[in-house]
Amino acid sequence: MVGSGILKGLAETARNFVGSYASEERMTTVEYPEEKLPRIEASRNFPFLVFDGDDWHAGMRCVSCQICEKECPPKCIYIEKSTDKKPDAVGKLQNYPARFDIDISVCMSCQICVEVCPFDAIKMDNAFEYFATDRFGDLVLDKQKLSRSNEYYHQIHPTEAANVDAELAAARAKAAPKPAAPAAAAAAPAVAKPAAAPEVTASTANKPAANDPAKESNG
Amino acid sequence: MSATATLPPAAMLLDSEEGSQYLEISMGPHHPSTHGVFRMNVVLDGETVIKLKPVFGYLHRNHEKIAENETYLGSMPYTDRLDYFCSLTNNWGYALAVEKLAGIEVPERAEYIRVITAELTRLQNHASLVGFLMQDMGASGTPLMYAFREREKILDLFEALTGARMMCNYMRFGGCRCDLPAGWLDWAKKVVASFPKFLDEFETLLVGNEIIMARTQGVGVLSRELAISAGITGPMLRASGVNYDLRKVDKYGIYDRFSFRVPLGDHGDVYDRYMMRLLEMRESLKILEQAMKDIPEGPFTDPKTKVRNFRPKPGEAYGRIEAPKGELGYYLISDGSPNPYRYRVRPPSLINLTVLEDMCLGRNVADVVITLGSVDIVLGEVDR
Ligand code: SF4
Ligand code: SF4
Repeated sequence: MVGSGILKGLAETARNFVGSYASEERMTTVEYPEEKLPRIEASRNFPFLVFDGDDWHAGMRCVSCQICEKECPPKCIYIEKSTDKKPDAVGKLQNYPARFDIDISVCMSCQICVEVCPFDAIKMDNAFEYFATDRFGDLVLDKQKLSRSNEYYHQIHPTEAANVDAELAAARAKAAPKPAAPAAAAAAPAVAKPAAAPEVTASTANKPAANDPAKESNG
Repeated sequence: MSATATLPPAAMLLDSEEGSQYLEISMGPHHPSTHGVFRMNVVLDGETVIKLKPVFGYLHRNHEKIAENETYLGSMPYTDRLDYFCSLTNNWGYALAVEKLAGIEVPERAEYIRVITAELTRLQNHASLVGFLMQDMGASGTPLMYAFREREKILDLFEALTGARMMCNYMRFGGCRCDLPAGWLDWAKKVVASFPKFLDEFETLLVGNEIIMARTQGVGVLSRELAISAGITGPMLRASGVNYDLRKVDKYGIYDRFSFRVPLGDHGDVYDRYMMRLLEMRESLKILEQAMKDIPEGPFTDPKTKVRNFRPKPGEAYGRIEAPKGELGYYLISDGSPNPYRYRVRPPSLINLTVLEDMCLGRNVADVVITLGSVDIVLGEVDR
């Protein structure tokens, strides 16, 4: 009969419509600003710099080796090396970045900087609720705006951060027999005190909203 | 007719030989039916198309030249942006070319992960394509949203695995960037197991629909001969009845281990191309089931391949895969430096687009829209 195909199709639509009230599987949307899906652990947005302990500058892991600057495909990282040195995450005296800027309007969130960094100093954030009104003031992030604590890293990528911590602990253990003075700065992350991330203008979401780090990511 | 050579305003009248007038209209680049910034200059005699000239390049961003100035690894995220629906197959094609160039072996597990991600990519690409095709025919919203609901589940899988929903940047030379996270495989199995239900639903919704049959059967016919001589590949070629699927022909990766069939069309019209996508999804599901069952433990990447300072020895290589849209090939020449001397992409949708005029002549404008829809283009890849 002509039209039976159409009627069958309409019956299917009706089933979906009615079903969306009854079954979870068919009702797949959420009312976004009020209700949020749990963030998937692996998801990435823009890079941030990790620091250990409470002081973002003293604990900064980056040693300004400039590998990420060289490998970043769209070249949106700008680094100036310091002239003096400070202890790095494993307690060795190293340079630190006098300037570290990332232009996040150019960054394409590819994660290559994270992959090539030999010091586990740069990691991907997964906060996505950003706004900015000023192209250069808000979107070119300097090293302070880029810094996040190791605790924050643990919150957003628990599995990955645990692996990194284990590796760093092993490196520290290897470095330990040498003079103990610089190790003080490095020993701090063992304390699980939630140090707040420094103030960031362009971000409304530097704290993950209701994100349970222990949760399996199957949003 | 010579007046068509210059770019006309949106619509203009041209004098025909018989004294009547032809209407030349410019469809696009911001026309909702053109799937991106694509423009067609169509000359109409009444309602009938007598000439169609595709105009592209609006999204050109120098992909090949950029890649020649990047390291080999640095081009990987750019390949995501070619066909932004299928970043994982783009990654694979490029990785395959570099692996050929440098003679890198891919471990077993990585090959399985690649097959799984590529077939998931095919599922979501075809699902959204049929949704868009229906949208082009005027079935506003409903089929497209059903397709997107399923696609969403696959994108969530991609996000959990690669960190991004569309710009995955996941494959590496000699393997993949990271291993499957805990629980991912079971989750993927669940998604794959629920997919046939969606396909059944979709088929009840639309396959028997009289309006769709009237709109698509016999429309946009591409003959077997023309398809072969124009170098058409992918579902479009198979809809014209040519049995050519690189997964069977080249058996790249480990495709020789899976049993699946290659669906073939008969008429080469829009309906066949549409059915081709639905049938291919069923075959992809078969491959996925086998791959997820057999996937071994082991390393996910070749540990000998360096991430930084990667310099293949001088030479050339062409790597090609069966992307959801057709044969996607990468041609590379290395001169031993960290960046390729020449980098060339063979984009399937650009080449499939070359026969658009032949398929549309003598039909009316509404048919042009669905014929274009059935070609399955993505402008990121056409324009590069
Ligand atoms: S972030 Fe890592 S790669 Fe980049 S300069 Fe700092 S230490 Fe080097
Ligand atoms: S994520 Fe990619 S684009 Fe962004 S800073 Fe890192 S390397 Fe550069």
